[in-house]
Amino acid sequence: MINSSEIMIDVQGLQKYFGEHHIIKGVSFQVRKGELISVIGRSGCGKTTLLRCLNCLELFDIGGIFIAGIALNRTLSGKSQEVDKSKSQKMLSKMALPFMGFEKEKQLDEDFRIKAHTLRTRVGMLFQGLNLFPHLTVLENVSLAPIIVKNENKIDVHQKAKELLKKVGLEQFTERYPSQLSGGQAQRVAIARALSMSPQVMLYDEPTSALDPELVGEVLQVMKNLHDEGMTQVVVTHALHFAQNASDRVIYMEEGHIIEMDSPDVIFNHPKDERTLKYINILKD
Amino acid sequence: MRAEFVQNQWDGLIPGLQNNNYDVAINGIEITDDRKQEVNFTDPYYLTYEQLIVNSNRDDINCLSDLVGKKAGALKSSLAERILQFPGVDVKTYDSEVAAMTDMANGRLDAVLCDAPIALYYAKPDPRFKLVGQPIGEISYGIAVRKSDTQLHAKLNSAINKLSTSGKLREILERWNLWHYLMAVYLNDKGPSNILPTKYDYYMTSLGKSKTFYDKLQRYWEFRSLFIWGIVNTLGVSIVAMIVAIIWGLFIALTRLYAPKPFSRLAVLYIELIRGTPLLIQLYFIYYALPNIGISMSPFLAAVIGLGLNYAAYEAENYRAGLFSVPRGQMEAAVALGMSRNQSLRHIIVPQGIRLVIPPMTNDFISLLKDSSLIAVITMNDLTKAYFQFATTYFDFLGAGVLVAILYLIIGLPFVKLAKYAEVKFSTFRTREEENRMKL
Ligand SMILES: Nc1ncnc2c1ncn2[C@@H]1O[C@H](COP(=O)(O)OP(=O)(O)OP(=O)(O)O)[C@@H](O)[C@H]1O
Ligand SMILES: [Mg+2]
Repeated sequence: MINSSEIMIDVQGLQKYFGEHHIIKGVSFQVRKGELISVIGRSGCGKTTLLRCLNCLELFDIGGIFIAGIALNRTLSGKSQEVDKSKSQKMLSKMALPFMGFEKEKQLDEDFRIKAHTLRTRVGMLFQGLNLFPHLTVLENVSLAPIIVKNENKIDVHQKAKELLKKVGLEQFTERYPSQLSGGQAQRVAIARALSMSPQVMLYDEPTSALDPELVGEVLQVMKNLHDEGMTQVVVTHALHFAQNASDRVIYMEEGHIIEMDSPDVIFNHPKDERTLKYINILKD
Repeated sequence: MRAEFVQNQWDGLIPGLQNNNYDVAINGIEITDDRKQEVNFTDPYYLTYEQLIVNSNRDDINCLSDLVGKKAGALKSSLAERILQFPGVDVKTYDSEVAAMTDMANGRLDAVLCDAPIALYYAKPDPRFKLVGQPIGEISYGIAVRKSDTQLHAKLNSAINKLSTSGKLREILERWNLWHYLMAVYLNDKGPSNILPTKYDYYMTSLGKSKTFYDKLQRYWEFRSLFIWGIVNTLGVSIVAMIVAIIWGLFIALTRLYAPKPFSRLAVLYIELIRGTPLLIQLYFIYYALPNIGISMSPFLAAVIGLGLNYAAYEAENYRAGLFSVPRGQMEAAVALGMSRNQSLRHIIVPQGIRLVIPPMTNDFISLLKDSSLIAVITMNDLTKAYFQFATTYFDFLGAGVLVAILYLIIGLPFVKLAKYAEVKFSTFRTREEENRMKL
């Protein structure tokens, strides 16, 4: 299946601080086009943060990211300044401001900002929670971004949105509001919404964690189908069965480091690092 | 040239004149040295005296000295008030003499001291009251104009002179039963009178007639334009003020949330200041204090600005609650789809915030409509002012009160309905988080 050796994601020496807390401590890995990568690890080890850095929802502090044809690099210069800013940012996010987290971008140079923005249009992302837009119908949820971001023709976009909804098995739900959907359906709409921008890479942060067990399968099936179509995907997941059987490679993370990245067989059956082994054994108990 | 008639509270007459709200003030303004400092007076057009009034069932008060240990009422900042200021008298002041008399009828005052014409027209026809004692003091009424209007002043003086020398003034006063010895001395016209007080008699009989409920209704109908204008002014000020509040409030809220520290502090200060002080004081301040630093405005503008700035503080907090209510993940999801910050605000955050903002906003408008009754103090002829004018002219606080209350209810009704509609309309979708919260 992974005939193409084309590199879709290349992360080098990525580091991220939240205030003084060093969360991602130097992470490097590569993903080839069409691969499905699972990321596993204990709670708090930095999986979500890593994923958000890949999509520039969090600004990484040091290192380089190449993803879907866009290269972003940051060096240590101005780091101390950065730390101060993220402190005040933390304070603000404690106040639960509705839209924080993008303040830092204002301090970046124009070139970086444009690249980050383009990156987001090429990378689809699914979040841990359910966050469809509640004031829009399913069809509007899936069509809004292409219409306003890419200025595409509304009729074409609706046509494409319906095809995407068909792909995730929800063609009959176009006129419903998110509150009228089950969790699994909502998450499949969220996938269709991300696909509406025709991304080259899809990132998922525990796409099934908010779902009842019987709904998990339908979401994972959509991801398997996308895999068959050649989509590059990175999935943070606790669904071990899925990680083991559906992914091409698995990343095990611990305390901001990638401990091991290998085929599922190696990671789950004979890991090379004893920390991985310890974690896998805990899971298997 | 036709004169345009502007009505104002009695004790606001001179401030209003200086505010350029009108050019001439005529309403039993006595000529005093204090007032002469501020405005120019014409020659007196009428002299009169103070009259003591008591409830008709009592005999213990017949002159000023009987008032020791008693409660007496007078018009605010009038000569009567100053006359009553002697040891042992508990003086209460009122916006109108009729309000004082009503208080006396209700047992809260022992006597009222007022200008003789008022006593003649409002107390004498009323069986609840009687006039007692001798005329007290001497007052001359003059027409007040601004000191700068010297030409107008001269013209008014020559008009008064013409009226008195031609005998026209005496004729008018006789017809209205206002001729008496003070005027006779003043105009040096002590001849016998052959003019009957026809106007006064007509007034007395018309008062005597309107007793039945039907008569009352008829009188309200006769005065419909007073009430209709009251409604128009109340609604007009309220609607424009609400628009000011909605726009200015959004600005304050955004400044508070997203502007740099010093500005957001200012916004907080503004909100606290406005919400922590009485609206009435704010209105007085805008209308009567600001002219001292050169900012003078019409009553309408002052009312709109006063109410608008006040309600903006409440709307700002309303907006803030609305924006907070949108979960943070919504912005992230939008940005992750490649939307810019502004696109996310416009298409995702604001439409969701609005549905929380609109229902309280319609409710706020209803309170604004009611709070607008305060603008009567800055000379706006709103519905409350109409009530006061009507009630003090016809001693009809009860009937007119019920009528005006009903009018307030009626004009508020569409907005109450709108608020209900908005609440239903904007709750047709909920975020899943809200649904989960509701399930708990
Ligand atoms: N905005 C933030 N500000 C400060 N600290 C943060 C922030 N987001 C995450 N962290 C911290 O970074 C660490 C990693 O968090 P992250 O969400 O990446 O973990 P995770 O591996 O996704 O965990 P989980 O499996 O529970 O989702 C945690 O200790 C967390 O407290
Ligand atoms: Mg996580």
